[in-house]
Amino acid sequence: MLMNPLNAAVAPRGRTVLLSSVSSDSHTWNLVFLQLLLEEMGHRVINLGACVPDELLVRECSAIRPDLVVISTVNGHGQVDGARLIGKLRSEPRTRDTPVVIGGKLGITGGAEADGMARRLVSAGFSAVFQDDAEPAEIGRFLASLDHPAPRHPVAAS
Amino acid sequence: MSTSGSFAGLAARRRAAGLLVQPRMGFSDPRWMRAGLAAVRRARAATVGTLTLDSYTRVKDYDTAERALADGYPLNGYPLVTHGPDTTRAVLDGIQGPGFPVQVRHGSPLPDDIIAALVTAGLDATEGGPVSYCLPYSRVPLREATASWARSCERFAELRDRGVEPHLESFGGCMMGQMCPPGLLIAITVLEGLFFHRHGLRSISLSYAQQTDARQDEEAVAALRSLATAFLPDDTDWHIVVYTYMGKYPRTHGGALLVLRAAAELAVRTGATRLIVKTPAESYRIPTIEENVEALEFAGAAAAAEATRTPPDPARVPDTGIAAEARQLIEAVLDLHPDVGQALVRAFAKGYLDVPYCLHSDNHGRARGYIDEAGRLRWASVGSMPIRGITGGTREHTVGSSELLSALSYVERTHDLLALRSQDTRTSDALDAGTTAADLRQA
Repeated sequence: MLMNPLNAAVAPRGRTVLLSSVSSDSHTWNLVFLQLLLEEMGHRVINLGACVPDELLVRECSAIRPDLVVISTVNGHGQVDGARLIGKLRSEPRTRDTPVVIGGKLGITGGAEADGMARRLVSAGFSAVFQDDAEPAEIGRFLASLDHPAPRHPVAAS
Repeated sequence: MSTSGSFAGLAARRRAAGLLVQPRMGFSDPRWMRAGLAAVRRARAATVGTLTLDSYTRVKDYDTAERALADGYPLNGYPLVTHGPDTTRAVLDGIQGPGFPVQVRHGSPLPDDIIAALVTAGLDATEGGPVSYCLPYSRVPLREATASWARSCERFAELRDRGVEPHLESFGGCMMGQMCPPGLLIAITVLEGLFFHRHGLRSISLSYAQQTDARQDEEAVAALRSLATAFLPDDTDWHIVVYTYMGKYPRTHGGALLVLRAAAELAVRTGATRLIVKTPAESYRIPTIEENVEALEFAGAAAAAEATRTPPDPARVPDTGIAAEARQLIEAVLDLHPDVGQALVRAFAKGYLDVPYCLHSDNHGRARGYIDEAGRLRWASVGSMPIRGITGGTREHTVGSSELLSALSYVERTHDLLALRSQDTRTSDALDAGTTAADLRQA
């Protein structure tokens, strides 16, 4: 069950981005905004919406084979839900090498624990972690960087 | 109607004690939850207590909630189902009572377990609704949520057999927190109130969340009152609850208090019974007990101050068509089917109700809201809703990402700027100046 498209225009060289929240997160403004932004950059966005179960995301990701998966979450459970989710994506052959980034409010206590959390999420398998204060355009730069054969070791942005 | 039930005496308490203020507080540790409720009860304001549930309970992921409790990982609310009735009774013991009702706030589209758990734990007040807790927050089909809410309402209403009057609040006045023009908010909360009544509840509250413009909000709450009076059957004991702005909240302490003060004033001017309060910490983390108490006391004081002012001239708030728009939506939905639940499902399928920016697959997703130059929330597109032109025309161009981002942060930005201009963001002194966000826009 996919969510409604917000905008249909896709540039010929646009990328396919699978956009999603995590299983316990019901917030969607972040997803609505990111979809509009990525579509305006000329990318094709498949927006899975709120409270996406891990299995649904793995299934959609295996079927769609997107160029990038963007996980955006702001309910403070991203640290736990994200780590569990990336484990499942990385253990599945068809999604093992798909670039997957996560961003938003990932913990419930604000900034103090942020750096350690980003490191843990990257070592769990995320390609990059975008903290709450990251510029939205950083996602666009990350997508652009996918044009070049990137080193396989992950980077953490903050 | 029985008179026991913790929300039964609310109207009388409102008349005697002033606007009732209520937090959105929830902690996973029962000791903290109890301490939080005790502090809210002690606060220097007429308070109502809240158990806000965590988001794992909302999606029925009890395994993860249980693991988190076992690991000592803090959740973003109180896991009512996982803790079980004995723990919850101990949390409430000696705190909940006739002078201090406690309401469960959750956000679940399938509330069966939550309603069962709260009844077993001796609670009798909660909130939600088949539309308002399904479309914005879940991927559960609307038909399923409607069936679950119907069952849950009927089970909840059985409390009356034990001499307890259960209370249910519709969250319909909040849809997405922001960017939904008032006519649709009012229509959804009234329709959910009718749904609750149809499924046996008689003590009901209807909601309205503060939006971007104080005068528009005043007109909206007055419209809600007149439509609730017109549509809810005479045997309904109902009141209005105002929510402090539920969208992106100011980051400065002073800016957040300005929004909160405006919400308290809105509630008093429109005769609302309760106000749901947000704290200045809300924009970046879960607030502490002390921050909740501070915000409740601030809101209570702002309400008391507003109550001493001369009642506003009703002519001050012009009729821009909000009531007509909401009535048109309510009547169009009720015409679709004699059962209000089925009417709601059909209304969304036909696009007669269409929540702006809501991604749920049962929502048409063609309606769009925007904020006009004057700061009022308007329709950019009404989709298939039968309300074209009632509150003014729509517009040609769509809302892009930068306009959306700017609109989402409009309340945050204008109030932060006002607070910073007053040169003191740490205290509420600045708020005595009597300046408002509207003044800022004039400047």
